[in-house]
Parts: sequence; structure tokens; C-alpha cells
Amino acid sequence: MRKCYFDHVATNPLHPAVLEAMMPFFDKEFGNPLSVYEYGSSAKKAIEDARAKVAGLIQAKPQEIVFTASGAEANNFALRGIALAKQNEGKHILVSRMEHHSILNSARFLEKSGFAVTYLPVDKKGFVDPDTVRKAITKETILISVIHASSEVGTIEPIKEIVKVAKEKKIIVHTDAVATTGNIPIDVKDLGVDLLSMAAHQFYGPKGAGGLYVRQGLRIVPLIYGGIQESGRRAGTENVPAIVGMGKAAELAGAEMQARAEYLQQKRDRIIDAMAKLENVYLTGDREKRLPGHASFCAEFIEGEAMLLLLAAKGIFAASGSACSSKALKSSPVLLSMGIPSGLAQGSIVFSLGTGNTDEDIEYLLNEFPAVITRLREISPYAKGWGDKEEGGECTVTK
Amino acid sequence: MKFVENVKADVTTDIVYMMCPMHLLKLEEQMKELDTGQILEIMTDYDGALEDIPAWCEKTGNEFLGMEDSGDFFKFYIKKTAR
Repeated sequence: MRKCYFDHVATNPLHPAVLEAMMPFFDKEFGNPLSVYEYGSSAKKAIEDARAKVAGLIQAKPQEIVFTASGAEANNFALRGIALAKQNEGKHILVSRMEHHSILNSARFLEKSGFAVTYLPVDKKGFVDPDTVRKAITKETILISVIHASSEVGTIEPIKEIVKVAKEKKIIVHTDAVATTGNIPIDVKDLGVDLLSMAAHQFYGPKGAGGLYVRQGLRIVPLIYGGIQESGRRAGTENVPAIVGMGKAAELAGAEMQARAEYLQQKRDRIIDAMAKLENVYLTGDREKRLPGHASFCAEFIEGEAMLLLLAAKGIFAASGSACSSKALKSSPVLLSMGIPSGLAQGSIVFSLGTGNTDEDIEYLLNEFPAVITRLREISPYAKGWGDKEEGGECTVTK
Repeated sequence: MKFVENVKADVTTDIVYMMCPMHLLKLEEQMKELDTGQILEIMTDYDGALEDIPAWCEKTGNEFLGMEDSGDFFKFYIKKTAR
């Protein structure tokens, strides 16, 4: 049976050249980068080379990159580190409702620690309106965090415009760019953000390596205390193979970005166009301003989880909502925040494409998917409508 | 401890919130870059620097000019006198 992996927002396979670059650091190059003899210095050099490559991918300076173990750690570090460093200037933080749980749960932690948090609403396509940001700012606001693009709906946020609003009041801006780094061009100076999170496994690098861009001159309180790794900002002996892999993946992503994006976009558009012809299947997020390989939908009268199971039985691997909401079998908070009724949000399905997907894979998906929908609707108790389960409100997704 | 005010530094290095012993590593690194007679300002929130920086100056033969407490962090001033 054909196997089609359409869940690249969950993770990507390693690029073979990345694995090759990493291998020596599992073997002969085992040194601790802090050691002063040659085993240490070659590991140290490998990390600094990787730092320069990662910095190059987002047009930053090497010293502005702090390696972390994941995108989630980078998000925790940014939110908590800036909140603690700036708490004497104010204790109010803005985050959008589109954020990943690593931001939302960090924000909740800060609320319990005496900070005030405003959760910014989004429109029906998932956009944060810069004007909403402006209105939410108070004299106490010290930090704004808005995701660069949501992995659930693919919408790319107007970060540059949000930064403009923030800078009028000299407020720090962080963006979670885990879904975008390595996939669309990023220039931190042009975006204007002060902090940006990324994760290597989202651009064909390994798991276990992430990074936080911290604009030069910005003070941030560490999340992990210990030794002087990462210039005293993030302790712990470095995951040298993963960091080397992240560097190689960044180098490749930079060189191949346009070609990859064109390849993915053509396939994505084919899926979106075909789905538009299916009855009661709606695109979520914006049609144009979205991640190149991202096609997300809500299918009415069916549960996302059921779609995933039937698709998996045909060798098609996709996602429904965010990983944790799909495990908890509840409607995605991101979709609800976009005003999608709870019942419809249950029928969320996300196809995220990668460079390994072929036109034949897309053909296979488009042939199999309608039958899955038909079969599930046949057995759905809601096939004739939601009845009293209907949450009401206008359907806010776009056909 | 010797306190000073309004010292004009030639180079400033900000290591506030960076972990110990960054205050000694940065101090050594920055002092190498300075010319004799130039003044380095180090900003740090690390209490241990109160002892370590004067001691480092003593050991290396550089002149510890003094410090300023700005509330959230300290500013240390060191004049390069050793070669």
C-alpha cells in the first residue's frame, strides 16, 4: 500500500545530508565543547559554525542565536525570560489566541506569578489585527507575543505591522516562528522582532535542537541555570549532534527555500482547489497568506479523529487540530478562537506537505478522501444537522 | 568597596542575567581588546562579582576604579594598566 506522509507540521524526516553531517558527533567527535583540549575545541567549533548558519537563515548575527532543546523551550525562555527581566517596568503581557501551548501555558504560569495577560482575539481567518494590539496595550505592557504562522491553519500573521504598533510604545515583541523558519524567508531586522523561536525538525533537521533569536543588547533571564554554555544564557552540555544537524538543515533550507516553496505551493493549491468542490468541506485560514505546504479544512458532520483513522488505514497520514487537542478529543482552541462553531471544529483535518510528497501522492489523497467523507457521513448521527448540539453563530470559514 | 560616579568608560559590556562565571570570562576577553589606559565598564547582576572583579584586578595588575550600584545591577569600572 502506498504511504503518504502529510503531517510535516508534526515533524519532518531528516535530510540525508543533515544525518551525514551529524554522524561524526555521535562517534569520534564526542567532546564536550567546554573542554580546553582538542576534543572540546572541535566540538565548540562545530557549534559555532552551526550558529553562524542558523543566524544566516534569519539574517541575524551569530551571537544573537541561543540554542535550546526545542521550539517549546525557546517559547518558554522568551516569555518567562523577558517577563522576569522587565517586571520592574510593568507586568502586562499580550499573547494571541492563535499561540501554541508552549506560549499559552507559559502565559498562564506568568498569570499565576502576578503578571496580567491579555489574550488577543483573531478574525475568522486567524489574523491578529494590529489595531486590536494597539487597543490592548497599557502603560504596564512589557511584551507582545504573536505566532508567525499557526501550524493548525497556516495563516501567516502581520508581524511587521504588529511590531510597528509595539515600537511606538517601545514594547518588546516575540514571535513563535517554529512553523515558518526554514520554510518561508525571514529577515529578523526587516520583521523588527526582538525575539524569535525556531525548531530544527520543522526544516528537515533533527529533533532536540531549537533556537531563540535574542536581539543584541536585549537582557533576558535564563530558564535553565548551570554552566556558561550559550554565553551564560542557557546551561546544560550542548546536544552537539543535534545542533550540528540544525546548522546543516539551516544551510540547506536557505539555499533551497524558493524551490521548496514553489514545489509545495503547487501541490497545496491542488488540494485546496479540489477540496473546494466537496460539499460541506471548508478551508480554514487564509487562502493566500498561508504556509506553502499547508492545507487545512473543516468537514461538517464528521469528527477529525475518525477521518484520521480511516485515512491512516489507506496509508494517508494527516493531523486534526493541534496534537494535544486531537489527543484530548476536544475542539481546537485555535479554531474556536476564529469563531468556528465547536461542532464544525471537531471535523478539522490538516494536510501539511513536504519535499518528499509527489504529485502521485496528491492524486492518491484526492481519490481516497471523498470516499472517507461519504462513509463517515453515512454513519454520523449528525449527518442531517447538528440539532440541539449546534452552537449557533454564523459559520465563519471560507468556501 | 570603592564607589564611583560618572566614570566615562571606553567600552561597555552588558552581561546582566548571564550566568557565573561569565563576569570573569567577559572581563578577560574584553580587557584583551582594550589599549593600556582605557576603561572597561561591566554591567552585571551577579553578587559574586563584588569580590571577584577586584580580586581579578589585583591578580592581573589592572586598576579597579570602583563600582556603581544602579539598583537592579552593578556597574564595575576597570582601567587597563597591565600589558
